Amino acid sequence: MVADTFREETRRWLVANAPAAIYAPPRTADELCWGGKKTRYPDDVKRWLDVMGERGWTAPSWPREYGGGGLSAAEAKILAEEMAKLRLRPPLTGFGLSMIGPLLLHEGSEELKRTHLPPIVRGEIRWCQGYSEPGAGSDLASLQTKALRDGDDFVVNGQKIWTSYGDKADWMFILVRTDFEEAKHSGITFLLMDMETPGVTPRPIRLISGASPFCEVFLSDVRVPVRNVVGRVNGGWRLAKALLGHERTMIADAFKERDDARRLVELARRYVGEANGRVADPVIRDRIAQVEMDQACLDLTLARARDGAKAGHRPGPESSIFKLYGTELNQRRRSLMVEILGPQALGWEGPGFEDDELRVTRDWLRSRGNSIEGGTSEIQLNIIAKRVLGLPD
Amino acid sequence: MDLVLSAEQELLQQTAREFVAGRSSLKRVRSLRDGSDPDGFSRALWTEMARLGWLGIVLPVEHDGLGLGYLELMVVMEELGRGLMPEPMLSTVLLGANALLLGGNAEQRKEHLGPVAAGERLLALAHQEARSRHTVHHVETRATPAGGGWILRGEKVHVLDGHVADRLVVTARTGGEPHDIEGITLFLVRPDAAGIRVTRQTRLDGRNAAVVRLEDTSVDRHAVLGEVDRGGALLARVIDRATAALTAEMLGSMTATFDMTIDYLKTRVQFGVPIGSFQALKHRAARMYAELELARSAVMHAHRTIDEGRDDAAVARAVSVAKARTSDAFMLIANEGVQLHGGIGMTDEHDIGFFLKRARAAEQTFGDAAHHRERVAQLDGY
Repeated sequence: MVADTFREETRRWLVANAPAAIYAPPRTADELCWGGKKTRYPDDVKRWLDVMGERGWTAPSWPREYGGGGLSAAEAKILAEEMAKLRLRPPLTGFGLSMIGPLLLHEGSEELKRTHLPPIVRGEIRWCQGYSEPGAGSDLASLQTKALRDGDDFVVNGQKIWTSYGDKADWMFILVRTDFEEAKHSGITFLLMDMETPGVTPRPIRLISGASPFCEVFLSDVRVPVRNVVGRVNGGWRLAKALLGHERTMIADAFKERDDARRLVELARRYVGEANGRVADPVIRDRIAQVEMDQACLDLTLARARDGAKAGHRPGPESSIFKLYGTELNQRRRSLMVEILGPQALGWEGPGFEDDELRVTRDWLRSRGNSIEGGTSEIQLNIIAKRVLGLPD
Repeated sequence: MDLVLSAEQELLQQTAREFVAGRSSLKRVRSLRDGSDPDGFSRALWTEMARLGWLGIVLPVEHDGLGLGYLELMVVMEELGRGLMPEPMLSTVLLGANALLLGGNAEQRKEHLGPVAAGERLLALAHQEARSRHTVHHVETRATPAGGGWILRGEKVHVLDGHVADRLVVTARTGGEPHDIEGITLFLVRPDAAGIRVTRQTRLDGRNAAVVRLEDTSVDRHAVLGEVDRGGALLARVIDRATAALTAEMLGSMTATFDMTIDYLKTRVQFGVPIGSFQALKHRAARMYAELELARSAVMHAHRTIDEGRDDAAVARAVSVAKARTSDAFMLIANEGVQLHGGIGMTDEHDIGFFLKRARAAEQTFGDAAHHRERVAQLDGY
């Protein structure tokens, strides 16, 4: 009964407060609201963020004292269901809500929580992740960005790479080396850094697919207050790893392509043709079914992990299969789209090619990075072999 | 319904695991294959399984069943699959009893389901034909009306456990063409009726099956199960449920294959180190693990879909997703299992070969992966 009342009230409030333009699923990541000071969003998007942020419903299950919605798991689920039913866009997305926020909730000091969580909920501050370096990719723990103590500050020097939205973010959570004597895993510290600090220079990276959200970030004598350390000095690796596991589940989720579910079939009908109401080519049909059924199995496995977590099972290194499988499945899907388009997938820009065709090509190229970023497939396989299967070194 | 086992289901799983480990073994499976046992399975074990309630897990309480769901059945089938147990679960409980439960009238159900749950009656579905391949509704066997009853004529192959069945559920065409969904009728037939010849088959996986020849076999009108000409949909429902249970059995078998292979990687030493320390082999093992986990989700989902009472199309879709997945995954894991075992994996002395053979047989039972992908495409309208 209580749940029914909550559902009813939630729905009424959503209908009353959601601006008209919010009733459509976003087509690309760029149409989502990432918050922050550096991007201007359309009025409806901004208003949706403001009313939801005000209520704490951008982070429905975070505690009220940090600006969150204070909802129970059951209530948060109802809110999500009602938003899905109305096809409402999420008011806010990004690394603040999904990564650094949850980490601070569990590991942050009271001061850090009070300082950083409310602006995340309201979408005022956009975060980016400073992990990879030119010399530290798969072997992340070998990172070399230096942070030397000077009074109440650390002075940071080095370079980060593959920082998503490094040019649009207001703050960065960054891994730095604070001890050069210790073994490589134990000299790392987890810092929070204002991107406006003098000495921080982001530069966008162009990929084989064209423009990208990735940046290099150069750090030259950047002063970061010691109070911005999360956890303890030299204790950052454990936090970094916890976040990576989380990121891997999130990446798999992000590749779900819910609104794309019919897209393969629609493309095939148009480019391959129809016979008796079915996709004409039985080989293409089989390959579409293969991709869609693999997707269904991955979705079910993600759901099973969530149900398990609800039942009190701790999420473990198995999450590596989500990253592994989700990214490779997305690559197969993108590749199949290109094959279905045939020669119409050969455009780069300009006349003779529709925007959607060009997008298929760019998305395919971009997808080749999926099995590299966030830990390569090979690293995921190593993790599964070692941590799940217990195979010897 | 969440995709997680309840405490009761976990307990059942534990019981089943201990039962299989303690009462059956691959040595027993091997000696059944190599011996000349007329049954090809153990009636004593079957009786024990009946006492544990497993034969009646999905049967209603009024027919002496436990009245539980398919998730409970899944848990048991998985453990039976782990031990490659050849006892006639699929034929008697999933195919035979389900045909009666979903299609039979009150008298037919009352007469047979209690004895099935008690382990006293074995059933088989005489359905597949030489030319039907994976098409469920391909039936050429004819039933012609005669004196108020019917005369059956045709030949059935791969009749699982047909050699020991006390009753056969026979599919025959009372109308339409060989591929039509309409015009199929199910008959409940005694195997000792005049004109029936049951010949035991010897299969690759050592499982029991028979060829059933019907040479002008007369049955009376009470032999009809369900409605005349309308057996196509019933048949599909029965086979979907049996297919779900088969995927659970396959899941158990592939888990055993995988575990056996991982153990071997940890213990087999070459070049002075365990071969599981080689990255090329680690990565193959890790990929198998991912396949196994995805298969488990699909199998659980198929059983849950039945338990939730979803419509036939939803069940068909979930079952096809699970069967395609387990067919491919089990073949992959069994092939890799033999390869990673090296030379010893090719010998009959080693057990891994039993799993490879079962993988192939299970893949080809109730439709292979390609068949089920095509079925999903059809269900999804492309």
